[in-house]
Amino acid sequence: MDNLEELKKISADIRKTIYTIAHHAGGGHMGSAYSMADIISVLYFGDVLRYDASNPDWNKRDRFILSKGHACYALYAVLAKAGYFDEEELLHVGQDDSKFGGHPKIHDIPGVEASTGALGHGLSFSIGIAYANKADGNDSHVYVILGDGECQEGSVWEGALSAPSLQLDNLTVLIDHNKLQAMDRLENIVSMAPLADKWKSFGWNVIEIDGHNHLEIRKALLARATGKPTLIIANTVKGKGVSFMENTPIWHYRMPNEQELPILMEELGLSKEDLE
Amino acid sequence: MRTAYLDTLYDLAHKDSRVYALISDNGAIVYDKYRKDLADQYLNFGISEANMLGAAAGMASCGKIPYAYTIGAFLAYRAYEFIRNDICLQKQNVKIVGTGAGEVYSALGPTHHATEDLGGLQSLPNLTILCPASPMEVKKATVAAYHLEGPVYLRLGTNKEPEIYTDDYTFEVGKGVTVKEGDDVTLISFGSMVKDVLEAACLLSQDGIQARVINMHTMKPLDRELILQAIEETGKIITIEDHNIIGGLGSAVAGVIAESGRGVKFKRLGLKGFSNGYGTYEQVKNKNGIGLKQICDEVKTIVR
Repeated sequence: MDNLEELKKISADIRKTIYTIAHHAGGGHMGSAYSMADIISVLYFGDVLRYDASNPDWNKRDRFILSKGHACYALYAVLAKAGYFDEEELLHVGQDDSKFGGHPKIHDIPGVEASTGALGHGLSFSIGIAYANKADGNDSHVYVILGDGECQEGSVWEGALSAPSLQLDNLTVLIDHNKLQAMDRLENIVSMAPLADKWKSFGWNVIEIDGHNHLEIRKALLARATGKPTLIIANTVKGKGVSFMENTPIWHYRMPNEQELPILMEELGLSKEDLE
Repeated sequence: MRTAYLDTLYDLAHKDSRVYALISDNGAIVYDKYRKDLADQYLNFGISEANMLGAAAGMASCGKIPYAYTIGAFLAYRAYEFIRNDICLQKQNVKIVGTGAGEVYSALGPTHHATEDLGGLQSLPNLTILCPASPMEVKKATVAAYHLEGPVYLRLGTNKEPEIYTDDYTFEVGKGVTVKEGDDVTLISFGSMVKDVLEAACLLSQDGIQARVINMHTMKPLDRELILQAIEETGKIITIEDHNIIGGLGSAVAGVIAESGRGVKFKRLGLKGFSNGYGTYEQVKNKNGIGLKQICDEVKTIVR
């Protein structure tokens, strides 16, 4: 990653695309997508993930599983930018003629590695991939993004127990820790604190970072610990990049109204033409 | 059945390194030879069925052929969403192997009985469901599942089922087998119950009732043609299953009959609630309305 400014510009572009998708789709989980926009930008464009958009089934590719599938607009935006498909296709998400829905589907969309949406599935699926890669002597790495609210699912903790037992040091799980779930702050519903201590005690190599600092993100994504899977707690702001969305639970799903839209457009740098 | 499955899988795994035996801490002793000879293709996920099936799907996405085995009740109920979303929706090549079908773990009680598993599973797209009736059929079904690219649920009984076939038996997925000819009534069953139904048919023949017996070893896709033929040739149909009558074989056959437009006498014999009582498998079947005498009585009622 030679050019930090260029990477920040990519994140800004991804944020624009996320809203453009939502604008045409008439809805979507924007707050959740903005929360991880910097992380996924670094993953795909910061020389972290090994992939070839012209050969999505390449055996040596690293794999990225978006376990919090509702944030798929961020994934769609990076996959388009990486060249898996034409960005034009994202103007029809959720519509009659589209292969793109409100949650990602494997096989239908190039670059999507798992059908997610029901929470608490991505970690176990990724454990299977990491285990198979090890068995094959394949040095590909597996990255997973979980939501912090998603960690309330019991199956996440089955995976949390399993991966260290299997010594999957080819697996990196990143928790998008924005402290909000659909209805309220986590601490007001089911607190996950102390989150880092929980994962440490399960045997993970735990790293805590600012999830909007591109350098910290990259360093953490490239970190490895022999014999241990790595768990990154990325402290993020839900809705990051749009002032009125930030840290506000209602933006888990809502769309901006007429008064809010111009503010969003200005903050993201979107023009009327961009949304046509 | 369990031994037949494990021996067959052992051979498959020996021949093909893509085949994996996954377990969820069930079958300690029987997996000894896997641990010894196939340590790299054997994995105990511990007591976490959902994690095992999710991981199995991930492994399959890398070209592996995992056979994920534990008590069927735990797979079908606890891990249903993983079967649906990770395996069936994604068409992952995972073989889900549930042991202890129906009430065969008779003394262990209803928590260990797979008596509603098919209710959820048979509606899942892309899932083939095999319910073999004898050790030989288990072997052939295990091999058939290997050759079938895609998700399979293999519903196994226990270790005590007698053999009902000879060596020349050919097994074909989706093709039920008429294991006894007869023209008065057709009895359709699967799994461990087939031997009971054959026994009942023998007893009934002494009373002058010639019952046809069909082993519907493939629950899905169901052999509609064979059922339609039975409707034409024998009229009366009874399904017999160690499963709730809602969502099981009886429900599936009822659909075929209803859509055939033919009004035939039809009865579903199976559980109507949770399994009741303890004891041997035979005793528990008797308590729950699917014992030998109850099968015979039901046939006599419908025939006369």
